[in-house]
Amino acid sequence: MREDFFRLWVYLSTTPLLGLTLTLVAYQIGLLIARRSGNHPLVNPVLVAMLVVAAALALSGVSYQQYFEGAQFVHFLLGTATVALGLPFYERLAELRASWRSLVTGLVCGSVAATATVYGLAKYLGVSESTARSLLPKSVTAPIAMGISEAIGGVAAMSAVFAILTGVIGAATGKIVFDLLGIKSMMVRGFALGAQAHGIGTARAYLVSADAGAFAGLALGLHGLMASLVLPWVVRWIL
Amino acid sequence: MLNGFTGLLLLQLAGEGIARALSLPVPGPIIGFMLLLVVLHLRPRWTMPLKLAADGLLSHLSLLFIPAGVGVVMHLKAIREEGLAIAVALAVSTLVGLAVTAWVAERLGKRQPAPESEAARDA
Repeated sequence: MREDFFRLWVYLSTTPLLGLTLTLVAYQIGLLIARRSGNHPLVNPVLVAMLVVAAALALSGVSYQQYFEGAQFVHFLLGTATVALGLPFYERLAELRASWRSLVTGLVCGSVAATATVYGLAKYLGVSESTARSLLPKSVTAPIAMGISEAIGGVAAMSAVFAILTGVIGAATGKIVFDLLGIKSMMVRGFALGAQAHGIGTARAYLVSADAGAFAGLALGLHGLMASLVLPWVVRWIL
Repeated sequence: MLNGFTGLLLLQLAGEGIARALSLPVPGPIIGFMLLLVVLHLRPRWTMPLKLAADGLLSHLSLLFIPAGVGVVMHLKAIREEGLAIAVALAVSTLVGLAVTAWVAERLGKRQPAPESEAARDA
């Protein structure tokens, strides 16, 4: 009996089915807990699901590589979803025409402020140069962050980690920051979330309102585009 | 739904192709995002099927970050030594970035006359 179970487990742990199912079940758990909390920003469904999967892997001894065999099907759709972000954005072009100047100025100021703060603080706290450089693209979406990181002397895998952590932090704290500043416009709130917390912030914005989500998606794309064109040059001149 | 999804995949494929062929620093899906805007502008009739597929994907955007996020949790050991400094730098800079982006956009947005108020003045 035990032997049979063992054999079954060896089989299951090597099929993509396990990783895929685990990802979806963990997501449902994350959504359930987030809903129970009234969609409280600190109870982020991505964060909950990440921890559930990581705990399941640690307990079962399944490696991340084995898990990813199945999870890659979900992961792949990130690219398709990025293309899809163009649609809600297209539907709001009229609103954008009225306020693109203020939004883009906000994006540039916020980007400069965040990048300077993260590098300055990291160096002040004694972080190594290559890690500090890997921190620079942390508020652009992970695939772009990895590309930038390589161009500016960082470590791509580390930058992906920092980008995702930033997304989780931003999604969890955005509401608190915006409420403190008295910002009510869903357009501005969503835009700032997408600009600073990229994909995970955009997912959070969609949870709150379709308007916020659409502008978050726009900000994510704009920031990624801007950072990939500008950051390598700025780093070469200044650092 | 399926038509729209096929359309999105075609755009992603085209974006990926362009990004690689011209070795652009921007990932393929972002090029695909821009191509989608061009397509919708030229063919507004295609909005509905594409919207069905896009809404389906975007309503569960959170789900798509889980596999990469798990990778991050597994990688945390590698940055344990500098962990505290990195956590402080990330948290503070993210709060600063959110606040500055939103504050500047809100302030400048209020200074510009909104289109509605212009219309009201005309009337």
